[in-house]
Amino acid sequence: MSRFRFVSSDRRVREDRRFVVGKGRFAADVMPSGTHHVALVTSPHPAARIVVDKRAALAMPGVAYVLDGRELAAATQPLAAGLDTPQVPRRPLAVDVARYAGEWVAAVVADTRARAEDAAEHVQVIYDPLPFVLDAEEALAPTSPPVHAEHGSNVLLDRTFVWGDVEGDFAASPHRLALRVKWGRSSTVPIETFGVVASWDPWRELLDVWASIQMPKFPDQLAAALRLPGSSVRVHNDVDVGGSYGVKRGIKHAVLVGYLSRRLGLPVRLIEDRLENMQGGDAHGPERLFDVEVAFDDAGVIRSLKMQALDNVGAYAGRSPFQLGKPVGAIVGPYRIASVQYRAIAVTTNKTVQEAVRAFGQSPTNYAIERTIDEVANRLGLDRLEVRRRNLIRRDEFPYTIPSGTTYDSGDYHAVIDKVLARTGYGELIEARDRLRADGRLAGLGIAACLEPSGGNSAFEPLLNPKNTTTTWMDSCRISVDLSGAITATMHTSSSGQGHETLVGTAIGEVLEVDPDRIRVVRPDSLESLPSNSPVGSRMAIMLGGAAFHAAHKLKAKLIAIAAHDLGIPPDRAIYREGGVCDAATPERRLGWPDLVTIAHRQFHRLPPDVEPGLSVSHVMQVPTGGTLPTADGRVQMYPCFSFEFHLVLLAIDPELGRTEIARYLVGHDCGTVINPKIVRGMTMGGIAHGIGAALYEEFAHDEHGQLVTQTFMDYVMPSSHEVPPVEIVHHATPSPHTVFGQKGSGESGYLGAPAAIASAVNDALRPLGISVNRTPIKMAWLSDLIAEVKARS
Amino acid sequence: MTLLDCLRDNLGLTGAHAGCEHGVCGACTILIDGVAVRACLMFAVQADGVAITTIEGLSPGPGELSVLQDAFCETHGLQCGYCTPAMILAAHALLAANPAPTRDDIVEAISGNICRCTGYAQIVEAIALAAERMRGANVPPETARGGSP
Repeated sequence: MSRFRFVSSDRRVREDRRFVVGKGRFAADVMPSGTHHVALVTSPHPAARIVVDKRAALAMPGVAYVLDGRELAAATQPLAAGLDTPQVPRRPLAVDVARYAGEWVAAVVADTRARAEDAAEHVQVIYDPLPFVLDAEEALAPTSPPVHAEHGSNVLLDRTFVWGDVEGDFAASPHRLALRVKWGRSSTVPIETFGVVASWDPWRELLDVWASIQMPKFPDQLAAALRLPGSSVRVHNDVDVGGSYGVKRGIKHAVLVGYLSRRLGLPVRLIEDRLENMQGGDAHGPERLFDVEVAFDDAGVIRSLKMQALDNVGAYAGRSPFQLGKPVGAIVGPYRIASVQYRAIAVTTNKTVQEAVRAFGQSPTNYAIERTIDEVANRLGLDRLEVRRRNLIRRDEFPYTIPSGTTYDSGDYHAVIDKVLARTGYGELIEARDRLRADGRLAGLGIAACLEPSGGNSAFEPLLNPKNTTTTWMDSCRISVDLSGAITATMHTSSSGQGHETLVGTAIGEVLEVDPDRIRVVRPDSLESLPSNSPVGSRMAIMLGGAAFHAAHKLKAKLIAIAAHDLGIPPDRAIYREGGVCDAATPERRLGWPDLVTIAHRQFHRLPPDVEPGLSVSHVMQVPTGGTLPTADGRVQMYPCFSFEFHLVLLAIDPELGRTEIARYLVGHDCGTVINPKIVRGMTMGGIAHGIGAALYEEFAHDEHGQLVTQTFMDYVMPSSHEVPPVEIVHHATPSPHTVFGQKGSGESGYLGAPAAIASAVNDALRPLGISVNRTPIKMAWLSDLIAEVKARS
Repeated sequence: MTLLDCLRDNLGLTGAHAGCEHGVCGACTILIDGVAVRACLMFAVQADGVAITTIEGLSPGPGELSVLQDAFCETHGLQCGYCTPAMILAAHALLAANPAPTRDDIVEAISGNICRCTGYAQIVEAIALAAERMRGANVPPETARGGSP
């Protein structure tokens, strides 16, 4: 039986009711009176000098304004950059030079979106094309055209970390293997594009903002860029966000419309259309080339790892290069690898800017690690699962500190694998694969493990930028009990489908022993909020759930203090139960919830001398563990908790068409204590679907002229219900010692493991042909060509 | 003017959502004479004389849910809620035509609606659950579905 009342029970998700009746309130649903609309003029060239002539567009009907990059740059600060790269300024509109096809060069404001779009076609831009570079390796070469001439090269980051005796371990190992794998440029692609509405009130000197965001410290960044005090920007957190999974950063959009609203004295909104989104919105994710080398023994036990990750961040950089930093906290995955050399390189190219994507760089890294493990097994003629078992950290080794200085909290990886194989035997799956092969198909069994670092502390900021001294990444909750006795709790960010209101209600209900559905959860605007970051880094179950838990305990302590004082007993004799407090010695002496509420709100004469009247408490929570700056050699506690997943995929490939079909998908999942089973299952399933897309279908592809050729959902193909198979999820719970209920994060594991597992299955299927594939996405047409080529050769 | 823009901007029916505006994602799905249709691919004037059902028309009353809407809540067949109204309308059309759909029928019926959050499993379960409940309901089927289109 569960030790919890509400945590882990299969309760409904409270947010769902408003969405199933179409009453969500998304950014595009916010339309203040007099709102004007923005349409964008975008560069058709990957690199060009630009001169903007606004006159013809200004003469068009309904047009209120045409803004170019020069005017905006003079009136605002550059957008916040993660790395210390002052010569790579990023602004909403290009200033004199456009650096990727699709970059915004002017914004047209009109009384309707249609009129703004019509007028955008009449903005005359003279383009003087410049040399450009698209490929990361070419961009790295000193002879390549620099995307930002003032910066001097395309290299934004090039840092090598060495943790442990890498060269010694390599020299002492009988085997070594090198592998190059490429993670293609894909992303999260929410069905809602980015949208923002801004409205400036010149008399209150206040900018109201409704935005579809998932961006840490968004109000602060917006105010700084607009040169306003933070108290003059009011971001409304009660906007429903139509999916994000990392990408909805929206800072350039918000600075643009914020400026326009102040300039024009009108509410202004920008709702991207799909083309604007895919070309120049915050749409693209990591594009990464890995060179991996490992040293191992005859048993397949890996001693040491060298990894170089070269990331193509596109034309500008916000937080995206930090996606090379987060993997430091799980650089060996779930494996016991004694020493590591990690070189992280970020380069600019004339492609669309990269933004944060689910798992923040960890999914590509995990793909590289898992491909390598498969190849170690293949090299030695060993079973791939057995090699994993030999390398996995064992239960009795936790807490386990990896070479890069992060300590994993807890886990029982072998038990999770055993549980999955208890569902379906390994031999049974291999037989099923061989039956498919006997039917004339290429068939493979894919195996992948992964870790989900969770409870994001943003320690990659000081790791990769020495000027950044961030060691806290707090989240907060306030609980108030009103005179009627009703409970209202707060959270201080927007959400994009993660069920945070349900999380807060559950955590508080658990502590106060009251029905979570009786607790209202609200989202105050940014000026009324406590310090909070955003639902990134798989952190909210840990951090928002933790803040709510601790706030509820403060409230409970206050109720106990009030009751003990009123009953004339020492506090340790007062027992709290289901909203009332009684005397342990004489339980019939009890104050109920209404009594306690009345004393707190109305009867100062009955309050203990040191207790404030009313019932309102708050808690600002620091991330468990960490809290210190990295060491000089880059050792750091990156995130406190580590969930584990084990994926097994049986996949068949049509040898003529290259079409893949997933015949069986099993996953073992351990995110510690599950707070809401419906939410965790949904996150796992959604992550796997997203990972299937990244592995097989999705890519932002460019032609040799620098044009994005996947500009619609006809070309950028996402999995439909046909492409996502039923998935058998096997749960295991290894509670974290660092969190209030033992919970860990669960939003990323599916996406962390699925691409590696699918790639493993495809490679197992291709082994009889003597070939392997080391890239994502493994698109059907490409795969069928590859198979045909091999067959023609033989 | 597209039918989607007319519904949202002129009639205030904001439950229909723009996703791709080129007929692939299905987020703008509404019912026209009971058939699931993409509102972004039609002009408003083309809808003259037809019966349109939007998500706003499925709830039996203020604060109430249809059996299908309730089933989506029961299985948590959604996350961010952006594709959800369209997904429910596509499922509504399926169940009106086929009260006992197989898993394949359900998968086919929603295959024109992309959901980026859920991986579809809990959506498929919601529709199957609603079908089962509606078949077992001791009320006229149209009432159980929350009104005819």
